Amino acid sequence: MKLNLTSWLAGLVFGFGLALAGMTHTEKVLGFLDFAGDWDASLLFVLGGAVSVTLITFRFILKRTKPVLAERFIITKETHLDRPLIIGAVLFGMGWGISGYCPGPAVALLASPNWELWAFLPAAILGAVAEKYFELRRTAKAEAAQPQVTAQENKPVIESPSEGSCG
Amino acid sequence: MNLSAFLPALIGGILIGTAATLLLWLNGRLAGISGILWRSFFAKPGDVMWRVLFLVGVVGGAALYYALFNDEPVARENFPVWLLVVSGFLVGYGTSLGNGCTSGHGVCGLGRLSLRSLVATLIFLVTAIVTTFVVRHVFGVM
Repeated sequence: MKLNLTSWLAGLVFGFGLALAGMTHTEKVLGFLDFAGDWDASLLFVLGGAVSVTLITFRFILKRTKPVLAERFIITKETHLDRPLIIGAVLFGMGWGISGYCPGPAVALLASPNWELWAFLPAAILGAVAEKYFELRRTAKAEAAQPQVTAQENKPVIESPSEGSCG
Repeated sequence: MNLSAFLPALIGGILIGTAATLLLWLNGRLAGISGILWRSFFAKPGDVMWRVLFLVGVVGGAALYYALFNDEPVARENFPVWLLVVSGFLVGYGTSLGNGCTSGHGVCGLGRLSLRSLVATLIFLVTAIVTTFVVRHVFGVM
């Protein structure tokens, strides 16, 4: 119950911050990404402001053995650079650069939706579901092709591989 | 340089970082929007509610800002619908495959000094800058 309340509260601060920062205004976002136009540097301050807070606070938080209200931190232990990470970042960058929407602002914009959002958001959900479908199919195939446990021994054991790395 | 124009961006950024701090400190979770959103479709029953409430909070926070400052975004007049659909699909597919977007890799990943997130952030920033150039200045879509 408490966890749900604090999650809602964190979301509230996040959404207010996103909107105040101008992230839901595509002309601002694209004004930052467009170096050949009339460059708008303000997004640097958004990312800079946010990261300078997390850089300091996360250091202290992650020294704790567990969070205040939950049993453990849910953060990925994945550290190596792999193909899905890189291809995923390229595809996301292309999508972001076309319209100026990334997932956070798209969600926040539900507070004042216009026709652009009704084209963007369902397509984004479809894209994420499609990726998950292919991922599950790949895993199922890999498991079917490799019934023995041999050759698995050298692999690091990763608990919930990607949960917590997410954005 | 008119610094006051950057003040809302800076304060907004600090609030985003504060929200990510609250969620990690209290709940032990990273505030990555794409992960919270996409995984809400596939999560186990007990793992769904905090995600939904976080997202409801994001909408509420933005609604509060729009109500206070009368600053609702206006849709572009001639932006092609098919481009928005393609853009949406790429954003959904890419953030699901790469496990993160601007908030997860950018704000949270950089905050915990993750090399994966630093690489992802640099790649999607550079790709977005190149894409924006092509869309705006090669094809002339604004």
